[in-house]
Amino acid sequence: MSGNDPKKTFFIKGIGVSPGIVIGKAYLFDRLDAQVPFYKLSDPNLINLEIQRFQKALRDSEKQLLELKNSLSDLGGGMDPLYIIDVHIMILKDRKFVNQTIQNIRKMSVNAEWAVRMTIDKYREIFDRMEDDYLRGRISDIQYAGQRILANLAGKKRAAIDRGEKIVIIAADLSPADTAQMKLDRVLGLAMDIGGKTSHTTIVARSLEIPAVVGLVTVTRDVRTNDDIIVDGSAGVVIVHPDPEVRRRYEEKKRLYKIAQDDLLDHARLPAVTKDRHRVEIGGNIEFVEEIPSAIAHGADGIGLYRTEFIYINREELPSEEDHLANYRSVIGVKGLSWSTIRTFDLGGDKFYPDKKTSRELNPQLGLRAIRFCLKEVELFKVQLRAILRASAEGKLRIMFPMISGIEEIRAAKRIFFEVKEELLAKGESVGEDIEIGVMIEVPSAVIVAEELAKEVDFFSIGTNDLIQYVLAIDRINEQVTYLYEPLHPAVLRLIKQVVDVGHRAGIRVAMCGEMAGEPVYTMILLGLELDELSMNPLAIPRVKKIIRGSTLKESKALLKKAMSLSSSVEIRAFVEAVMRKRFPEEFQVNGQ
Amino acid sequence: MLRNAIARRRKAPSFTERHSGIWRCLFDMLMFIIRTFEITNRLGIHARVAAKLVETANHFKAEVSLEKDGVEVNGRSILSILALYCPQGSRLTICTEGVDAQEAMAAFALLIADKFGET
Repeated sequence: MSGNDPKKTFFIKGIGVSPGIVIGKAYLFDRLDAQVPFYKLSDPNLINLEIQRFQKALRDSEKQLLELKNSLSDLGGGMDPLYIIDVHIMILKDRKFVNQTIQNIRKMSVNAEWAVRMTIDKYREIFDRMEDDYLRGRISDIQYAGQRILANLAGKKRAAIDRGEKIVIIAADLSPADTAQMKLDRVLGLAMDIGGKTSHTTIVARSLEIPAVVGLVTVTRDVRTNDDIIVDGSAGVVIVHPDPEVRRRYEEKKRLYKIAQDDLLDHARLPAVTKDRHRVEIGGNIEFVEEIPSAIAHGADGIGLYRTEFIYINREELPSEEDHLANYRSVIGVKGLSWSTIRTFDLGGDKFYPDKKTSRELNPQLGLRAIRFCLKEVELFKVQLRAILRASAEGKLRIMFPMISGIEEIRAAKRIFFEVKEELLAKGESVGEDIEIGVMIEVPSAVIVAEELAKEVDFFSIGTNDLIQYVLAIDRINEQVTYLYEPLHPAVLRLIKQVVDVGHRAGIRVAMCGEMAGEPVYTMILLGLELDELSMNPLAIPRVKKIIRGSTLKESKALLKKAMSLSSSVEIRAFVEAVMRKRFPEEFQVNGQ
Repeated sequence: MLRNAIARRRKAPSFTERHSGIWRCLFDMLMFIIRTFEITNRLGIHARVAAKLVETANHFKAEVSLEKDGVEVNGRSILSILALYCPQGSRLTICTEGVDAQEAMAAFALLIADKFGET
């Protein structure tokens, strides 16, 4: 979606990964396909000089990488890119690579840049033929090393952004090494060709609250340095060459967004207490420990769901106990957080079985995943449990097991947990004494046997996304049936009520950590259900708190009672939405929720 | 190189049986070992693993060559090793040649048995 006329306004749609709107000048960060100059060496005597120039670029590149490595290792703690720098240095010193390039210069009388490019192209051809996606992708390391040589041949230092004004960075993708060299306080926004929820760019943008859009595919091709650009990280859109009209509209949007943010953030740290003094604990759902500061700023009292999946994915090897530990330690003892709930591994086993034939499951949602996988691959499970236990020596932690469907699973999980604990104690390691253990209630059978489960645990946490999917028998990937996904389905409301009632009768806390908890339109219903804790995407907290603080438990219970007396989801939705619009007109008008 | 080495190896035993002293010593210098391994780590030989192989080769004086599917490459070239393309389940033949060929091969065997420290 791009115009050819450079002055014409056009937009590119991507994935908004860090919200907010910025308007500024684009800065193209080291374009991957930078034009490589090509010329023939007219005089044979120049060939040796050209080879020397290439060798100097190699030495300079190596020196820079070593410096970079030192500066990164000074930062300490979990910087995975260090080894990859070693790999890049090794590539620069690869005799095959060097000789091939020198031969290109010699035989074809071409400049060093072109000779380097030819060598890389040859490897690209070899790698393109590889079947294994992962190994084929390793060409990127060769390209990275090659780009560094090219940058040195061009005689300019790579990356270092050194401009007075703030800029919007345009890049294919950013690596940790890239961002380490950037002056991030000069960065207004980020727009990337590739990337997703787990990419490094996303994590950095979120933790620094810089608006970012990734997955734009062609942004590095369509945008030039100094182009006017708008990044709307909330909508996931980038607008290039905005005309005055568009610009004015976005200036206004930006202003409103900021007012709304400031207004909400003003209220964010106030306690979530209804007008009749009913208190609800508010948790933040996080995926990366880098999100903690933003969660606190948005009003989280604790971390209600720390998804640990990203410790596993996006890396080459299985995380070690120390990798886990480093992450878990950083959720402990954070000022402003009263508790942190770590959810154990909740992915399908396919991440660990490379043989695609045996690992492909017809219906992975009902397959070998989460606790089922952990109970099968006990050693893998133990690594995570050990790290959680060791971290708990330093502060209070809660642990919860996902996808529990019956009493056997929670007992088995607990048995392993206590086994690991005994092993650690026997080795003289210190572990926390008072880790609370909970289960996710997300499989319908768990609701039905909740009374028995309650005897085994300290708390429940309702995962509404999965619970709704399982109880309504919806394949979430199948678009034909997504219309059936309805949190206000009477069956869903009754199940949640049953869980809360059973939990409270047994004297344990009941939390909710699904998306439902973060939708303001459901807030009063959830208040009426008397959940003890609502945990949600941190960005959703301010609005939900505003609703809680503006309503009473009494009216919420009345609302719930009326809603539950209705027999169809359509009626319930119409009723709840009408009430919410009436009670909070300013919250529900604009978005029509 | 591997083929030459195999050819030499075929002739060699009778040579050592008949000689000792300086000849034996000379033979040791020509010592080489060939072993075939299965690559069992999940991701196969990727950049980091290839780097470990090169580092290991660099520890020894022996010449190291790697062979897969009839293609033979220098064990000190990370790019050549990557280009060999060894996903999980590949059979990789390593040949070490020189005074410390035995030690070098032992180091490679250990590294591969350990799945390069991976899974």
